[in-house]
Amino acid sequence: MKTPTDLETEPAVDVAENPALGIDQAAGDFSYDVSYKYDAGVGLNENTVRYISAVKKEAPWILDFRLNALKTFLAKPLPTHWATRDLENVEFDKIRYYLSQGQKPKRTWEEVPDDIKKTFERLGVPEQERKFLAGVEAQFDSEAAYSNIKDIVAKQGVIFLNSTAALREHPEIFRKFFGKVIPTGDNKFSALNSAVFSGGSFIYVPKGVKVAQPLQAYFRINAENFGQFERTLIIADEGSEVTYMEGCTAPKFSTSTLHSAVVELVALKGAKIQYITVQNWAPNVFNLVTKRGVAHEDAEIKWIDCNIGSRLTMKYPGVVLKGRRARGEVISIALANDGQHQDTGAKMIHAADETTSTIISKSISVGQGRATYRGQVHMGKHLKNCKNNTECDALLINTNSRTDTYPAITVRGDTHAVQHEASVSKVNEEQIFYMQQRGLTEAQAMSLAVNGFVNDLVRQFPMEYSVELKRLIDLEMEGSVG
Amino acid sequence: MSSLEIRDLHVAIGEKPIVKSLSLTINPGEVHAIMGPNGTGKSTLAKAIAGHPDYTITQGDVLLGGKSILEQEPDERARAGIFLAFQYPSEIPGVSIANFLRAAVQARMGEGEELDATAYYKRLYQKMDLLKIDRKFTSRSVNEGFSGGEKKRCEILQMAMLEPRFALMDETDSGLDIDALRIVAEGVNTLRGPGLGVMLITHYQRLLEYIVPDFVHVMYDGRIVKSGDKSLALELESRGYDWVKQELAVA
Repeated sequence: MKTPTDLETEPAVDVAENPALGIDQAAGDFSYDVSYKYDAGVGLNENTVRYISAVKKEAPWILDFRLNALKTFLAKPLPTHWATRDLENVEFDKIRYYLSQGQKPKRTWEEVPDDIKKTFERLGVPEQERKFLAGVEAQFDSEAAYSNIKDIVAKQGVIFLNSTAALREHPEIFRKFFGKVIPTGDNKFSALNSAVFSGGSFIYVPKGVKVAQPLQAYFRINAENFGQFERTLIIADEGSEVTYMEGCTAPKFSTSTLHSAVVELVALKGAKIQYITVQNWAPNVFNLVTKRGVAHEDAEIKWIDCNIGSRLTMKYPGVVLKGRRARGEVISIALANDGQHQDTGAKMIHAADETTSTIISKSISVGQGRATYRGQVHMGKHLKNCKNNTECDALLINTNSRTDTYPAITVRGDTHAVQHEASVSKVNEEQIFYMQQRGLTEAQAMSLAVNGFVNDLVRQFPMEYSVELKRLIDLEMEGSVG
Repeated sequence: MSSLEIRDLHVAIGEKPIVKSLSLTINPGEVHAIMGPNGTGKSTLAKAIAGHPDYTITQGDVLLGGKSILEQEPDERARAGIFLAFQYPSEIPGVSIANFLRAAVQARMGEGEELDATAYYKRLYQKMDLLKIDRKFTSRSVNEGFSGGEKKRCEILQMAMLEPRFALMDETDSGLDIDALRIVAEGVNTLRGPGLGVMLITHYQRLLEYIVPDFVHVMYDGRIVKSGDKSLALELESRGYDWVKQELAVA
């Protein structure tokens, strides 16, 4: 193992302590002492993987799956031939890959230990549940510490469990699709997740069932140098509908933290899945996530993805439009503050006739923040009448902010329609002066301009999320002026 | 005393002096028209008072209620009661007029004070009715895609809602046809009262047929060169600005 030197850890410390980041958000910046019952130690090798699998009492096929994935992960190089070299700063051998209190998920709020309860209370989980949630699967570190499915949802036959319980209790449902949308070898980080995954939500919605309220899970990282590798799989059977919401707030730590999730969605014939994410990571987190869905005939998958914070986020939610008339949509908002790089986008793989897709991406770069859009749209030669509409808009706050757009569009065949629009704008001084003249402070003016820029997208978020998002933007903009 | 007092003001853009030793006192309830040819420093005067960062005050002072405002940020001046009706108001895409004004009203409230949304909308609709503005107007993004007339009406609506002590109206008549001009002037007249002092900047006498000023000042080359009552405006209209220039040359 490499010995850390001051030089190696310095950049992360700088980023975390930079007051200009303005990420000080009261709801996420705290951590309580938790005594971890199970701890896989630091670093990653075959023993780590065996240890995790043993703690989870997994079936042999899952252990094999993990060990295979570990080999793939170790064999694959970092994708720095196209991605940022900052990836080289992820110190894989200094990360803890598994922590758990070894508890079974709790059913009622009263059964949850006090210190964990405190954490969740500050995050507002129970309150939100009372308000509108059908079921809560709140993940505390590796395992879900609190899980509750409302009777109504359970009566409809909906399965909503963490990954460990789902694979143990319902292999007949989940094994068929697990690792199929995003194969282990898809990329280095999906391989890493496949080797050490823990937690996350597995959902099955039976045929024709329409889940009226959104299902929700909160994820937090609560141990220093601890990577979180949750695994989510949502299967919407024929004609069913479900909305899933995921929110992330993480406490601040001075050394790098890795979050690498895999999210797979399967919308069978005529099903609809909407997956909503609002992420607000601490500025030292590497957030490297693979998200993809497969939409069968007449099915619809919609990703709504909002990324705030982190040191580096790489995330390109995708939809494979596998069945005729399938629809895919990605709506994304990214805010890159000083020292942050939001490398986000979307992938639309058209694999059947008359499939349609829409990508709307808006990014905001503040200070020396950098926003990158990468989009992939693919339409094959043998297909007919596919449509894609892509719109990507970037807003620059300061003159040293940066934005890049890398659209990759492959269209073969002569009956397709593809539209790509991109714009870059800057908040100008006259605009700010105008708003200041009405009594708003410079920061309030900036914040209003940014909120205005994303307003048409935010309106598509559920109310609670749009309020939270507005608050996050306000907090981010506080540090951006002066 | 709560007047707006401009004392021996010198304003420069970069190195270039624009306003040169201008003094003027506006008392509450008074309407002062500032007239003058293009490029004489009228807009510069208004923007400098409001605190635009591109305008440097090189000498003199501006006092509000006896206190200098020159050290204050533009938003502090605004909250203290100075309102600038812009000649070219900025567009704010995605922000509705209702939300924009709400933020501005909220900004004037004390810390921890919450805006009463119902009361706010009630007041907003009252003002809109007063100014004969259609209610649909407030859901549009601020100035985005507005006609010249709509932009100016939007400024007047903001002025009505924010109830300033002093309004600096910069070429409010520019770009308006006669109907729009009449509507905007009516709005200003509605807001006129003992609590409001107005500096009305205009190039043409036309506006003064609708908003009758208490005082008229002629500005030329960064200074006020002639002051009088409303009859001065009529004289300017018939004799043109050349008359002022010639008089100055003789002097």
